Amino acid sequence: MKELIAIVMAAVLVNNYVLAQFLGICPFLGVSKKLDQAAGMSVAVIFVMLLATAVTYPIQFFVLNPNGLGYLQTIVFILVIAALVQLVEIVLKKYIPALHASLGVYLPLITTNCAVLGVCISNVDNYLTATGGFGGGFVQAMFNSLGSGLGFLLAMVLFSGVRSRVDKCKCPECFKGMPITLISAAIVSVSFMGFAGIVENLLG
Amino acid sequence: MEIVIAVAVVGVIGLLCAVMLSVASKFMAVEVDERIPLVRECLPGANCGACGFAGCDGYAAALVEDPELAVSLCVPGGATAAENIGKVLGREAGDVAKQVAEVRCSGTCEATSVKMDYKGLESCAAAKLLFGGTGKCVYGCIGLGDCAQVCPVGAIHINGGLARVDTTACIGCGLCAKTCPNNVIAIRPADAHMVVDCNSHQKGAGTRKSCSAGCIGCRLCEKNCHTGAITVTDNLASIDYSKCDGCGKCIEVCKAGCLVALNITKATIV
Repeated sequence: MKELIAIVMAAVLVNNYVLAQFLGICPFLGVSKKLDQAAGMSVAVIFVMLLATAVTYPIQFFVLNPNGLGYLQTIVFILVIAALVQLVEIVLKKYIPALHASLGVYLPLITTNCAVLGVCISNVDNYLTATGGFGGGFVQAMFNSLGSGLGFLLAMVLFSGVRSRVDKCKCPECFKGMPITLISAAIVSVSFMGFAGIVENLLG
Repeated sequence: MEIVIAVAVVGVIGLLCAVMLSVASKFMAVEVDERIPLVRECLPGANCGACGFAGCDGYAAALVEDPELAVSLCVPGGATAAENIGKVLGREAGDVAKQVAEVRCSGTCEATSVKMDYKGLESCAAAKLLFGGTGKCVYGCIGLGDCAQVCPVGAIHINGGLARVDTTACIGCGLCAKTCPNNVIAIRPADAHMVVDCNSHQKGAGTRKSCSAGCIGCRLCEKNCHTGAITVTDNLASIDYSKCDGCGKCIEVCKAGCLVALNITKATIV
């Protein structure tokens, strides 16, 4: 249990996908203008990350590794994730229109989002071991995906707050728009450096 | 041999995904009314919200769903849009007059002055919270440009401490009128003969103290209007554009100078 909490904490704070590993920057900059959009996008990302791990991990374990095809993971993962997200969109549209109306715009955006692919590949690299069997590593991988998704949510919500403040301030004409956004993103990212080592010291 | 396995594995996974998706799209297809994109094409896509719906897509969907809804709500699209939508949906378009925004204030820096040295946030809404605005007249244009900021087509500029509308660029969406904390901006027909450029409801003496160009409610225009288009209520003249025939008599008699001629047809103005 302690180990799983450590995995989630590390994924949210220390190895935050956006602010520490610089994956998923496109939605981070594109959809963080308004808080409700940022939250909607993040919830969709959490959902897709969990789903993608739940599918790609078994594929790696049961199909690719036994046949010595580990090098195919990138292309197979992209294929599977894209198809899966499309399927989820179709199902949502049919059966849960309300959820589709709120998440629908973001789902196609994240079909091949690098943060989603990054989570799947890092799960396989970190938790899939030849001797450990399927069960143990899979649970850890799922918790890592959950943590990564929550980390994305945290980064998006924090940054949309920062952005709404920055937009209201006067800044030199040459910094207006994207430049000041990138600078504030860098400062938010630097602030997350402060979390380095926190998990080992808290739970280790 | 190894490459055959690799190709087979990716091929099979791809095939499974394809079959899954095509089956899903066949069995879980949602019927979308094909008229919605057609109606959407008739709309200008400014997403200004003047129709009262969330953007052009929202109005298009509402039009198809509700047969009672008027097709003429799109102000930027005007008569052309209404006519095209009417064709798509088989309904009467009705009359749509082009409308533009009018800043009902003549309080330039020469006519009126400020009562404070305002150093706060550059926003009319913020300034309004402080003793009713920066100017001597609490009804007039504050001139910090909230309207210019919301204007989707950039038709409003601040000139001499007063917001001014470029009527050729204005699409009449009314976003500025909703934003203005003093309700100075009104939407008028684009072919109006004349306008009252004052919003002050103070008594004549009060208006005169704060601004030399304001309407003092003297009723001269009301008495001289032969069609009864001008009425003075609460110390302020207002025009019924449907009655005004553009004779220009009111502008001749107005001593305050708050009546502004736009296209007067008959009389010569001194």
